[in-house]
Amino acid sequence: MAAAAPYQIGNPLSKVHAEAAEGHKTHATWSPYDDNGGTAVAVAGEDYCLVAGSTRMSTGFNILTRDASMLLQLTDKVVIASAGMQADRKALHKLLQHRNVTYQHNHGRPMSVSATAQLLSNTLYYKRFFPFYTFNLVAGLDEQGRGAVYNYDAVGSYERSGYFCQGSGKELIQPVLDNQLKAASPLLLPPRNSITALPLDQALDLVKDAFVSAGERDIYTGDKVEILIITKDGIRRDELQLKLD
Amino acid sequence: MLPRPTTHSKALGPGVAGPELAVATSAVLDRPPQPIAHLPLSGAQPCAVDPAVLGDPRQHTKYPYVTGTSVMAIKYKDGVLVGCDTLGAYGTTKRYKSTQRIYRVNSKCVVAAGGEISDFQYISNLLDELTTEDYRIDDGLELTPQEVHSYLCRVMYNRRNKFDPLWNSLVVGGMQDSQPFLGMVGMVGTHYTDSHVTTGFANQLARPLFRERQQDDMSEEDALQLMYDALKVCYYRDKVSINKFQIAKVTKETGASISEPFALDMRWDYKLFAQPTKWAVGAW
Repeated sequence: MAAAAPYQIGNPLSKVHAEAAEGHKTHATWSPYDDNGGTAVAVAGEDYCLVAGSTRMSTGFNILTRDASMLLQLTDKVVIASAGMQADRKALHKLLQHRNVTYQHNHGRPMSVSATAQLLSNTLYYKRFFPFYTFNLVAGLDEQGRGAVYNYDAVGSYERSGYFCQGSGKELIQPVLDNQLKAASPLLLPPRNSITALPLDQALDLVKDAFVSAGERDIYTGDKVEILIITKDGIRRDELQLKLD
Repeated sequence: MLPRPTTHSKALGPGVAGPELAVATSAVLDRPPQPIAHLPLSGAQPCAVDPAVLGDPRQHTKYPYVTGTSVMAIKYKDGVLVGCDTLGAYGTTKRYKSTQRIYRVNSKCVVAAGGEISDFQYISNLLDELTTEDYRIDDGLELTPQEVHSYLCRVMYNRRNKFDPLWNSLVVGGMQDSQPFLGMVGMVGTHYTDSHVTTGFANQLARPLFRERQQDDMSEEDALQLMYDALKVCYYRDKVSINKFQIAKVTKETGASISEPFALDMRWDYKLFAQPTKWAVGAW
């Protein structure tokens, strides 16, 4: 196909194809992406929602800082956690905060969790062909006051679930949550509501234990965990110290 | 003031006034050149498609040519110290031995860079234009280091989005509301603030020293000694570095000053240097 269509002036891609057909190898180019590590977990309960993120920021085998936050508190009922590349995370959070403020000015009330969830999905899909390297969780209380957790991939496909993890330690933590949260399996059809019946303090202990375990085996999880507990009385912050190694 | 022009162009959508209209009007053509945030008034503009593909002699940056190595910086009681050597290396050739890799923005802020020197000179130009604007407005307010850090984050991230990065790791240090401020911005827009920041090899060599010995309330003598030790370690173990350093100090009382280049005492007669494998069985 490329040999039949030679290089046309003004069409950049045709040059690449023409050169490839001639056998010119293009050397490895610089990548705009970098994984800064970290793990985020969110658990939804009957009347609360927990969201936690580790605070270690790394690049390659170096630790850049031990105190970087992954969480964005949008309103007193909605929090977004993003694992992955820090530059994209900051840009995404900046965008969402701007949209949130505009929404509040236009509608006279804060965004609901479901509105935030849809907004985040659309924002991510806007960059479908140069994605934000962020793996997101939206956590909060829905309009009925029950916990809500939404999980995303990098380009915005999302679903509501009772709990989820993202980031470098997600394979270590997700099976533990699947087992311990006494929630309906996410594989059932028709989909069953998987909000956990555990009370807040037990769920909190479980999340803390999960992070400690993940910190043992995942090099990118460590230093500290920042936990936000969303209830109808507002958002409370808790911290868990992890090993510094 | 002219009314904001609107357009129903298919390119921009209905009722949208873009920075460049699909239809050129006098409002666009006769506008004096504005300093756009991440572009200086003169010089070539970055574009998303690699210009080389279009037959243009320019290219997206694929690899750096003349590079600076590590930068290290710490906070202490009165302010911040930023240190680096003065080498501009051409691959592994030590080509330019008197480059200044620290740029003084104003009396509150300095910026230092590792990576491609020409890109750092471009960044210094951008900062120059900002400070010139500040000087021209003449209202006694200066750019704070947090603002410079924020600005550089956006510049680096935007260039990364255009696939044409500024190949630098920047360190921003200064006094923010009488508090020491230290931040780093990387080539893809990764950024953070902390009590000690480093780039390049210093991440592995100097950072452990800082983690052990740096305190936010340390005295200036202790901070200087720590900085000298860190510079020494980087010179001992980094192949592409020289024994000629500069340290910038930013404090509330003395403002921002960059020292004259100086050398540190180095010893190459340590026993372990002479026979490094004597104690490591199986090493070569």
